[in-house]
Amino acid sequence: MKSLIFKTASTYLLPLLLLFSIFILLRGHYLPGGGFVGGLMAAIAFLIHSFAFGLKETQKIIKINPGYLMPIGLFFAVGAAMAPYFIGAPILKGLWFEEPFRFIGMVGSALFFDIGVYLVVIGATLTIMFSLTDTV
Amino acid sequence: MIVLPIIFQFVAGTILLFFWRKTTVQKFLSILFSIIGLGISIWLFLLVWENGIMITQSGDWKAPFGISFVADTFGVTMVLVSSISGLAVSIFSAGSMRKERLEFGFFPILHFLIMGLQGAFLTGDIFNLYVWFEVVIISSFVLLTLGGKKQQLEGALKYVSLNLLASSLFLIGIGFIYGLTGSLNMADVAIKLDNLQNRGLVSVTSGIFLVAFGIKSAIFPMYFWLPASYHTPPPAVSAIFAGLLTKLGIYAMLRTFTLMFGGDEFMGDIMVILAALTILSGGLGALLQQNMGKIFGYLIVCHIGFLIAGLGMYTELAIMGTVFYLIHDIIVKTNLFMVSGLILKINGTQDIRELGGMYKNFPIISLLMAIPLFSLVGIPPLSGFWAKIFLIQAGLQTQDYILIGFIVLGSFLTLWVIARLWSEVFWKNGIDLPKKASGLYFSQMSKTDQWLMVFPIVLLSAISLYIGFGAENIIILSQRISTELMDPSGYIEAVLGLKTMTP
Repeated sequence: MKSLIFKTASTYLLPLLLLFSIFILLRGHYLPGGGFVGGLMAAIAFLIHSFAFGLKETQKIIKINPGYLMPIGLFFAVGAAMAPYFIGAPILKGLWFEEPFRFIGMVGSALFFDIGVYLVVIGATLTIMFSLTDTV
Repeated sequence: MIVLPIIFQFVAGTILLFFWRKTTVQKFLSILFSIIGLGISIWLFLLVWENGIMITQSGDWKAPFGISFVADTFGVTMVLVSSISGLAVSIFSAGSMRKERLEFGFFPILHFLIMGLQGAFLTGDIFNLYVWFEVVIISSFVLLTLGGKKQQLEGALKYVSLNLLASSLFLIGIGFIYGLTGSLNMADVAIKLDNLQNRGLVSVTSGIFLVAFGIKSAIFPMYFWLPASYHTPPPAVSAIFAGLLTKLGIYAMLRTFTLMFGGDEFMGDIMVILAALTILSGGLGALLQQNMGKIFGYLIVCHIGFLIAGLGMYTELAIMGTVFYLIHDIIVKTNLFMVSGLILKINGTQDIRELGGMYKNFPIISLLMAIPLFSLVGIPPLSGFWAKIFLIQAGLQTQDYILIGFIVLGSFLTLWVIARLWSEVFWKNGIDLPKKASGLYFSQMSKTDQWLMVFPIVLLSAISLYIGFGAENIIILSQRISTELMDPSGYIEAVLGLKTMTP
């Protein structure tokens, strides 16, 4: 798409949407949101950018092959699941830091699991969309 | 730490995802991970053998509310056997699988599939069991369609549509269970179902489960998808499907029907009838086919009948025979499809009319192949023999003479099929087949690849021989399993942490 308005808008939309996706990711434990929705939103941000500037430009921004985000995310998830095991609790038990962090709030192992989901969703969605755009 | 096998397979698959295009690294790592996975299963097996049933309450939520993972003897035995055939398939596919398929992530998906299987064997929660079933279906769908030939997609479509139907029935059954008892933990459900007045509704629910698992394990009226799809993917994939996927349905049936619906008389009769018909239709189907993959596909159906028969008779001896047969069948069926894969690689075809002269050209490999083929038939003292003895004994006890007739008939049909196969493929004089353009032949492959294809067959044949000659050990094992299954109070007690009141 070669529309000037769309191009200009998408340069502003990309950081905004990414920030918003992180916001959604962080509020997800007790409120609606979480890794899946946040991941989809971040993937959409990159997709809009790729519509405006073409696939090559977007790949330049992401730098790594989105396919690798999937195993990294899976590692986050399995790490969050396994962490309680090392302090002698059953797996998947929610561990929480005592004090809330500034801006973020309470942080627990569930957040790392959500980050894992976030990365897997970005990786999977972008891999699918990029390979579709590649073949078309 | 009984979820370790599941977590390990997950990590293995994830690490393999990093080496997406580097197939040589993937081959090496996959075999390595499979060996470690086997080590973990052996460790877990010994632990449970020593200490009895072990449980993990995931997330530290206590039993009826959270998801419990339960390692009883049956579960860990299945984990062990699935690790063995997973290792064999991993080695076999490193030797035989084409590069194009490996590049689309064959090995990671294989490990995710094994993760799903082992999760299903270890979970103590009926909804979690459903989730593991889904993991298995999705992975198997990917494995089935890798390479994307037209024939493969046709087989996969039948496979997936019927399995999705089975899954939704399973889900409906779970809905019934939840409605009746308000719980999903299998041990908790078992107690609550026992105290329920409305027996009719319990029977209906068990019927839904029978249909759902019946489709997955391919018993009589629902088996059509299996011979239609199992010969289409590459032999390494069929091997793991044949060995483990249908047996997952049988496992779920054994678990739910012994634990939750304990010995429903009506369902027992239905199962006996279904078993007889399954044996008959599978055996007769195998006689008609000319393609080796299809023959073995029908033989799977035939031998599922034996397993259902034991569950239908529902005595301790019968369950023991079923468990013994299950252990034997997983090893042998995996081996059988690898044998057919090797024959395909050597000759370039699986049509038994065109094949021939195997014994003349490859005497040692032929003798090796004879082991799985004839332990399938149950020629004493090979492994199939003992399992059938127990099933027949159990039949004599419960006076199901017609069922015994069908079991014997099934064995004869298997013998007939295998004998025909043997004379056509191994003894008949071969004709020179026209060379096909695509794919490497066995003689053109490198020495390592040849060795990688033959070794897993040797491994599984050795285990088959052990099951046959060391039968007393397997008998002790299956006796213990059947005692645990027939008297689930130990299981319930371990999960819920309380003494159960048996009425």
